[in-house]
Amino acid sequence: MTSPAASVASPSPPPGVSVRDARLSYGDTLLFDGLALDLAPGRWTCLLGPSGVGKTTLLRLIAGLEQGADGQATCGDGLPAHGRVAYMAQQDLLLPWLTLRENLVLGSRLRGDRTRETEARADGLLQEIGLGDSGSLFPRACSGGMRQRAALARTLMDRRPIVLMDEPFSALDAITRLQLQDVAARLLADCTVLLVTHDPLEALRLGHDIVVMTGRPATLGAPIRPPASPPRPADDPTLIGEHARLLGELARAGEESARR
Amino acid sequence: MNGYLGSRALVRPIIVFAGLLAGWQAIVWASGVPPYILPGPAAVVAAFRKGADLIAQNAGTTIVEIVAGFAIGAAVGAVSALAMSYLRPARRWLLPVLVVSQAVPVFALAPVLTLWLGYGLESKIAMAVLIIYFPVTAAFYDGLRRTEPGWMDLAHVMNASRWAELRHIRLPAALPALGSGLRVAAAVAPIGAVVGEWVGSSAGLGYLMLHANARVQTDLMFAALFVLAIIGCVFYFTVDSAVRRLVPWQAESHPEEEFR
Repeated sequence: MTSPAASVASPSPPPGVSVRDARLSYGDTLLFDGLALDLAPGRWTCLLGPSGVGKTTLLRLIAGLEQGADGQATCGDGLPAHGRVAYMAQQDLLLPWLTLRENLVLGSRLRGDRTRETEARADGLLQEIGLGDSGSLFPRACSGGMRQRAALARTLMDRRPIVLMDEPFSALDAITRLQLQDVAARLLADCTVLLVTHDPLEALRLGHDIVVMTGRPATLGAPIRPPASPPRPADDPTLIGEHARLLGELARAGEESARR
Repeated sequence: MNGYLGSRALVRPIIVFAGLLAGWQAIVWASGVPPYILPGPAAVVAAFRKGADLIAQNAGTTIVEIVAGFAIGAAVGAVSALAMSYLRPARRWLLPVLVVSQAVPVFALAPVLTLWLGYGLESKIAMAVLIIYFPVTAAFYDGLRRTEPGWMDLAHVMNASRWAELRHIRLPAALPALGSGLRVAAAVAPIGAVVGEWVGSSAGLGYLMLHANARVQTDLMFAALFVLAIIGCVFYFTVDSAVRRLVPWQAESHPEEEFR
């Protein structure tokens, strides 16, 4: 990670993010109210929970994409989060009329600030992520793994200090998922990351802090902080024990919400 | 991928066409219908040879009407769709007009158009524009409204201006929809031109057909009809292949399946 083009470190240390008074309701159903979430600066926070609990809404609230929910997301340095956030979704969201390389520079295209440095960075990131020879391919000619790699590279392009990822690897096969988790952990080591997932193993591999979101209205559990620094190997025995415990917790939460 | 230009795809229509010709000749022989009701293929070919100059001249007029009507109708339709999706007043005022323009039988306007615009090209072009306008506007407007929400999220997070978002995301994303509108328009453009000619004209294939019909030159009428059919087909497939080149990322479909 010595090549300047591929370095993702932002010039100043990344800020932490605090969400306060988050509230979301659909009709009469209250999904959550008065929720508070803190993302520690420069660390990975994994938000784990069953589908439909409101994890995505919380993430979109920070990204400034959510119109339906209330709540404030502020950064540790007091500046707004907008403009300092990168976003990656479960779908790769690659534009089908652009090559992988052109998809990488989409942000610069949209802002009209494309420079020679942008080009060099795009090439460097493609190399870094293992797509060095595939930059001129169109998304339709690529496998799901390649496409999601390109989406990850695009997320890194703009050097945003806060990275929000919404189940980014859940559509991939198990092997590709492990590979991409490692790549993401390496390249996003200096960012404040929120990773939303329903896969406990993914959270345990990647998270400095793991927050479990369950119930209706949903509440957040105390952060779990596994030992050792991510990415943790998938066959780590303590990870497997914790994995079983988390699965049990999520299953119980699922049964409870089904009973209601 | 070769579509209808592939050799096997070309053989089948030729066989069908030859079969139709043979069946036609068989009916003429078997039934003994007088040639002024149904001339045989040979008589039509003879009439085509004899009247080649006359047919070519009138075909030129009709082609000009079709192409001009298509160009103007498509351009006005595309601009209307853009205005409707970006300007609220345009949406409020244009959408009802669009709906009403479909409720009114446009062909019924042909006499009025002839009265106002005369017997020349203008009334036929106006007729073609009127029937092309709706499919193009409706399809493109629909395409502009249905941009993949994830792409808009990306653009928002990447701080895109409204203009950049239109240029780099919404517009290209709506091109496949515009393409299907243009295909429909290409198919109906000749109808507009010919209906205009039938109502009142002094040139064009529609005019030639009426003229021949009145003089019981049924063979000439058939010859004109064939040329008209060929013009319609060539125009449709030209537009179709141009659209394919414009949106190569759109899922390939077999041309036969498009005539549902």
